[in-house]
Amino acid sequence: MIEFEMPKPIAQQNYVLKTVADNMMRPVSRHFDEHEHEIPWDYINFMHMAMRATGAGSLAPRERPKDEKKEEKPDEEKKKRPPIAYQMLAFMLETLSWGDVGIYLVTPGGGLGSAAVEAAGTPEQKQKFLARFAEEKPTFAAMAMTEPQAGSDTSAIRATAVLDKETNEWILNGEKIFVTAGHKALLESQGFVVVWATIDPKAGRAGMRSFVVEAGNPGATVTKLEHKLGIRASDTASIVMQDCRVPFDAMLGSPEIVTKSTKGFKGAMATFDATRPLVAATGIGVARASLELLIETLAAQGITIRYGLPRQKLTNIEREIIDMEVMLRSAWLLILKAVWMADNRKHNPMEASMSKVRAGDVVTKVTQKAVEIMGPLGYSRDLLLEKWFRDAKITDIYEGTGQINRLIVARNIFDYSGSELR
Amino acid sequence: MYSFEPSEEQKMLVDAINRYAITDLRKQAHQAEEDNQLPIPLVEKGWELGFLQASIPEAFGGFGERSAVTGVLAAEELAYGDLAGAMAILLPGLFATPILLAGDDAQKETYLPPIVEAEWTPYTSALIEAQFDFDPNKLNTVAEKNGKGYLLKGEKIYVPFAEEAHAVLVYAQYGGDTQGFIVPKDTEGVEIVERQKVMGVNALPLYKVKFNDVLVPRENRLGGEAGHDFAPILDASRLGLAAMAVGLSRAAFEYARDYAKERDVFGVKVAQKQTIAFMMAEMVTEIEAIRLLTWEAAWMVDNNKEDASKEAYLALTGAMDMAMMVTDRAVQILGGHGYIREHPVELWMRNGRGIATMLGLTIV
Repeated sequence: MIEFEMPKPIAQQNYVLKTVADNMMRPVSRHFDEHEHEIPWDYINFMHMAMRATGAGSLAPRERPKDEKKEEKPDEEKKKRPPIAYQMLAFMLETLSWGDVGIYLVTPGGGLGSAAVEAAGTPEQKQKFLARFAEEKPTFAAMAMTEPQAGSDTSAIRATAVLDKETNEWILNGEKIFVTAGHKALLESQGFVVVWATIDPKAGRAGMRSFVVEAGNPGATVTKLEHKLGIRASDTASIVMQDCRVPFDAMLGSPEIVTKSTKGFKGAMATFDATRPLVAATGIGVARASLELLIETLAAQGITIRYGLPRQKLTNIEREIIDMEVMLRSAWLLILKAVWMADNRKHNPMEASMSKVRAGDVVTKVTQKAVEIMGPLGYSRDLLLEKWFRDAKITDIYEGTGQINRLIVARNIFDYSGSELR
Repeated sequence: MYSFEPSEEQKMLVDAINRYAITDLRKQAHQAEEDNQLPIPLVEKGWELGFLQASIPEAFGGFGERSAVTGVLAAEELAYGDLAGAMAILLPGLFATPILLAGDDAQKETYLPPIVEAEWTPYTSALIEAQFDFDPNKLNTVAEKNGKGYLLKGEKIYVPFAEEAHAVLVYAQYGGDTQGFIVPKDTEGVEIVERQKVMGVNALPLYKVKFNDVLVPRENRLGGEAGHDFAPILDASRLGLAAMAVGLSRAAFEYARDYAKERDVFGVKVAQKQTIAFMMAEMVTEIEAIRLLTWEAAWMVDNNKEDASKEAYLALTGAMDMAMMVTDRAVQILGGHGYIREHPVELWMRNGRGIATMLGLTIV
């Protein structure tokens, strides 16, 4: 049955998170935009406490102590409840990003690093690396893929991993840039960074593997924090690895993939199938914030939108806003479908990329239009519209640019491989 | 909860319509367009798939319940075959569905069984008027009350099958609201002015009709003496048209996709050029986005959600742009061949432009 009824747990979660957004994010939005690299610890500590208590924000069903498990409802009843973990997460990210996407990005927990461990790690690795997020202090994880010379073309990365057979350790060398939360993962908490490197530079994608580099590793150094157009509360780090040694089992996946195969690379791509709709959701939050403020500001001046009129009778502003609503709502529904598929274990690379393509387009347009329509008010830093404009732009860039995602969608349409449609 | 999976019943219906759309509608659409006429057996075969029959309760001759969600699924699939054909097949719904939605019991009992129990029979409705900013909530055709009933005065355009229709549901302004009035064939004062020539959907006969002080008995006001709310009818019209826009666009998208994969250019396939591939990626994304918006709006209508009318309006607004964007690009991707009438994409482009002006030509 086709249904669009919001499940109760999501509605409850939205309600709580809206309060967080209203009280812990919006009031400090401007401050952390203007004080780049300052860390919003109040938000971080609060969220860590809250997420620890509720289990919110986690994709994996948490391992609970045995005695607690017994009290669970019988299997029959459990089966009736459809899985909604990804949907929960999409709503969570949307609402928090509605509050402030830069601050949302410093939410403690796994982020992309954990998603990579979730997607490609063995059960032992998941236990070893993910358990830390439930501990007392807030902990961060990051994903390090991009290098100075390789962005979208992830197969061109040069960081290397060489196995030291004597010590059974991997030795990593190379430089990673644009590592979201990399500073917090390595220096501000006992976190980790999932580093992508090649075990055979000649093998292209087949040589790609991911390695967990933990905080405190002397071979990994944070060398730079970027100054950005937006999402300034979120740290974007450069990390240099110099003879950075990690244990053999820090390589994600089963040991067999040490042999040449593209499984490692596919692991990274599978991570993106899961995370792209989520990143898209953060953009929708920003754009919704812009659109709502726009509509409120207009309403305060006595301008209401007359839905239902033929276009020919609408004012230009009404038409713009109605178009924005169409764009925003339809983009959100693409996201919802992509995460619904993820929840139901349906193969969703095309839907994930479509949701990202649409969201990237829509959120940049909506936030740009909002500034335009508000004229001098929109351009002023008195309102947050100009900040949201800057924040939204990253949606179409990170986690696969709009163009990369178009390529993925097109390959799916035509059933082409990467070499057939380059 | 959220779900994007149609029910088994819906899937069966969609599959059946899909087969018909491909093997019948699509195959005959070109000739029908050139002939300005749909073969009636083709329409009858589509009618027998039983979509409308399944949305009318047993008490009134049908065998099911109306569902807007099922409606948009069916409308999309029909229009995937051909827009003119889809509108012709659903034509009796233009008359029957508003009666189901807003009619009184007597009207339902009188009109619904003969429609759904019979073979395809033309029943139609008249909404659109000749104005650039035509607004279904501000009609120029008026109904005036007199001792015997209501007098209809005005002129309608784009009335499908007006010449052949057994009855027409005429929308007119009464007391500031849009109200429907049931006008049987051969009622005095109804003047079929001419068959109209338009840019697309030429297989669908559209007429200009004048209502010269047409007397409508009191009991023929839709909903009876108290009249009715027009919003649900408008919502259902918007949903039907939006869904058809999705089906039409999907047809154009798929045709361009297959062509691009076949056609050689500079030693590769057209589809292997990023400039084309990206256009296609945007087209499919647009179609899926508007399809989901239409689904959600339909679901909201079925569940009496507060914002259902707004959402249906947004869905159709998005669908207008989608249809134009996708069909235009389909023509462009075929290049010179897209401009030749032997390929269907130019017809789809003409039909695609029509979505913005066809509100009232279908309902689900």
